[in-house]
Amino acid sequence: MSTASTTAPGAIATRALRPRDAADVAEIVATHPRALEPVGGGALRGVGHELDADVLALDALEGLVAYEPEELVLSALAGTPLAAIERELAACAQRLAFEPPDFGALLGVARPRTIGGVIAANLAGSRRVSAGAARDHFLGCEAVTGRGERFKAGGRVVKNVTGYDVPKLLAGSWGTLAVLTAVTLRVAPLPETERTLVVPSATADDAVIVMSAALGSPHDVSAAAFDVERGCVLRLEGFAASVDAREAALARMLRGVGSTESKGAGTPGREPAVPRADIATLGAVESRALWAAIGGAAALAPWPVVWRISVPPTDAPRVLAALAPERYLLDWGGGLIFAAFSSVDGARVRGALREGHATLFKAPREARAANAVFHPQPPALTLASRRVKHAFDPAGRLSPGRLG
Amino acid sequence: MICLPTPDAALVARRAEIVRALRGLVCKDNVIDDDVRLAAYETDALTAYRQRPLAVALPESTAEVAAILRYAAREGVKVVPRGAGTSLSGGAIPAADAIVVGVGKFNRILDVDYANRCVVAQSGVTNLAISHAVAAEGFYYAPDPSSQIACTIGGNVAENSGGVHCLKYGLTTNNVLGLELVTPEGDVVRLGGKHLDSGGYDLLGLIVGSEGLLGIVTEVTVRILRRPETARALLIGFDAVESAGACVAAVIAAGITPAGMEMMDAPAIHAAEAFVGVGYPLDVAALLIVELDGPAVEVDLLVERVATIARANGAKYERASASERERLAFWAGRKAAFPAVGRISPDYYCMDGTIPRRELPRVLGAIAAMSERFQLRVANVFHAGDGNLHPLILYDANVPGELDRAEAFGAEILKLCVDTGGVLTGEHGVGIEKRDLMTYQFADSDLEVQHRIKHAFDPDVRFNPGKVFPTLRRCAEQGREHVHSGSERFPDLPRF
Repeated sequence: MSTASTTAPGAIATRALRPRDAADVAEIVATHPRALEPVGGGALRGVGHELDADVLALDALEGLVAYEPEELVLSALAGTPLAAIERELAACAQRLAFEPPDFGALLGVARPRTIGGVIAANLAGSRRVSAGAARDHFLGCEAVTGRGERFKAGGRVVKNVTGYDVPKLLAGSWGTLAVLTAVTLRVAPLPETERTLVVPSATADDAVIVMSAALGSPHDVSAAAFDVERGCVLRLEGFAASVDAREAALARMLRGVGSTESKGAGTPGREPAVPRADIATLGAVESRALWAAIGGAAALAPWPVVWRISVPPTDAPRVLAALAPERYLLDWGGGLIFAAFSSVDGARVRGALREGHATLFKAPREARAANAVFHPQPPALTLASRRVKHAFDPAGRLSPGRLG
Repeated sequence: MICLPTPDAALVARRAEIVRALRGLVCKDNVIDDDVRLAAYETDALTAYRQRPLAVALPESTAEVAAILRYAAREGVKVVPRGAGTSLSGGAIPAADAIVVGVGKFNRILDVDYANRCVVAQSGVTNLAISHAVAAEGFYYAPDPSSQIACTIGGNVAENSGGVHCLKYGLTTNNVLGLELVTPEGDVVRLGGKHLDSGGYDLLGLIVGSEGLLGIVTEVTVRILRRPETARALLIGFDAVESAGACVAAVIAAGITPAGMEMMDAPAIHAAEAFVGVGYPLDVAALLIVELDGPAVEVDLLVERVATIARANGAKYERASASERERLAFWAGRKAAFPAVGRISPDYYCMDGTIPRRELPRVLGAIAAMSERFQLRVANVFHAGDGNLHPLILYDANVPGELDRAEAFGAEILKLCVDTGGVLTGEHGVGIEKRDLMTYQFADSDLEVQHRIKHAFDPDVRFNPGKVFPTLRRCAEQGREHVHSGSERFPDLPRF
């Protein structure tokens, strides 16, 4: 291992430890006198509180362990750059189905994303709504507990119910339970082509009706988002002949779906007679660029404060009306709101939710320090979560306070 | 021979007092302590084992479940949760010193929400009832375990149930959005809901597949999908298992994700054809059923592509369904494979390992060799698309030693699955059945992490005792009572 003192611009001074392999990780975690913050490429270090901990830099744990395209399975060391993995997959016409979003532009950070970091944050892009989150494709791992013990969990096959699904627990734990050293993921075939329908829509209310109708249709819509400056965007992916047929059928159906009807208008099977002209189509190249920007919420980059809010899709218009953000995007058919503001008002944002959770995804350092970044949980859940944390990391050595 | 835990005599001695207390917490009639009615709860679908519990409580509300669990926590009473009791791994088998808490009365669908594409159901609602509730609007719930007519959604959550369509649509864990859970201490927690992903640790993901060791699920929110426009199936026969395996790999490599991709070997084909007579070819070594669903244009296109791939891999028989009736007929034989095997053997033992697909020929070869060595016949059905193998070991429990030989044969198959890079169980769960093999797949340090999770929820280890984790004690002859063919539980349930 190697150590170095680093002081990133504007960050608190920390020591960085750089283990060479999993055994090194275990030794450091077991013996290091201070708390540790596992860091992959550092792309998401700006999310959440800054920690009083030394950095455990995992970038040396790099490389594919095994990639078996015909088994739809890939294993890699946790510090492997996502870009390298996506390159390998693309060469075999495959991809990660959960579409890990790139928040570099939004957060103003040009640090590489690593596969371990993607899993630890369980961040999924627009295809979340049809293909699941990172956790749904995370089959197994090797990791080190806060006690410095190496263990493995899950497996290398998709169908596996042997023991607790520990990988689910580690996905989205933001490095607070264990240090991932290697991960195994399910991968998916790349579609032959993709296309995006742009449906004119002016309000969140209208957009959610359109998106619910599209996602509830038999036309296999893989993503549905809304940007008030663009309208509703609905993505179709798959074999070319199939995409052609679905594009026509979806457009036909949507021309009959409108906002002047009652809320039930979006219910599939009922088609109100409100004409919706001018549905446009984006080809594959434009479509890919559009969804990369939506997944990363790039349009909100100019704002200092951005909340990432998960709600039942049909609740999004009500929440937006209560929040009145300066700019927003809807993804996941309305189930994911990116809301931009000039300043933080955590009580108001969280108070507006009847169900779901809000993460203060982007905010100045002082604002993050003064607010709960992750959504506070009810007492019984807090207790259960604390016990789970204790089971993995009784001394609180891994990223203490990260999820606060 | 699997041993059930040695009962705590002190708890058994308190039976009358425990029953009395339960009757104070739920409606009197919902506490069962008479032998006749208790008999219905003695086993699940792993019928070689049975055990009478102290008592059975059938609460009618989450508040009643919480009251029972608070009482049990205070008094140190062990609890075995139960759905419909269709577990194939003994997950719902009672313990002599435990009460069974069943969710049989949690049978209401609470909310059908098409705009948000989800259904909220109490945990005792059957899997199929959810699909039925939304069928008129063209929706369905995707995971389809073979016992779906009887198994409960709460039991599906406990076991992370699969089915033939999970290759494309995922297991239970990929289709559950939210839960209401009563913890072993009697706290009611809500995990997830109609929104996606967790704001904290993914406890929802942990609870799914935890086999009733971490609490009792009282309510489940599941994602529903629009039913595909159409579905067609192909029957493809091969001279060799290797060619069938190569065909499966080539279909996947072509970027095609079939809704289901099933394989049967010659003994399974013959048994099924003799039973249902759907026209399976009898001169092939392996038969694939490949189902494609989606828009009609896509399905027709992919049926052609799969047929081309099959021919390139040496298929000697090939038929595509031309009607819904024909598609269902293709499936009828596969779905009847278990009872069909039941007709040619007094008893069978169903295994459930998963292997990397490419290992299929080697594993089937090894199973054939084991069959010789153990002197027991075997028929193989296989969720080929995701590598989930279901060897059916044929035996006769009335022949002394055959059940033990069948169990030893099964254990050897599962160890082989692990050796090839696979796992002990793909969808049936560990239960009591594979409990003692856990140390074969996991190192002590791996199991230690799982034990600590258990303790985080159930510090006194009172929930579903004797399941999933190896016990330190070795077996004494106890608790096993075999149920012979004709008297098995759920004889009408398809098993695939």
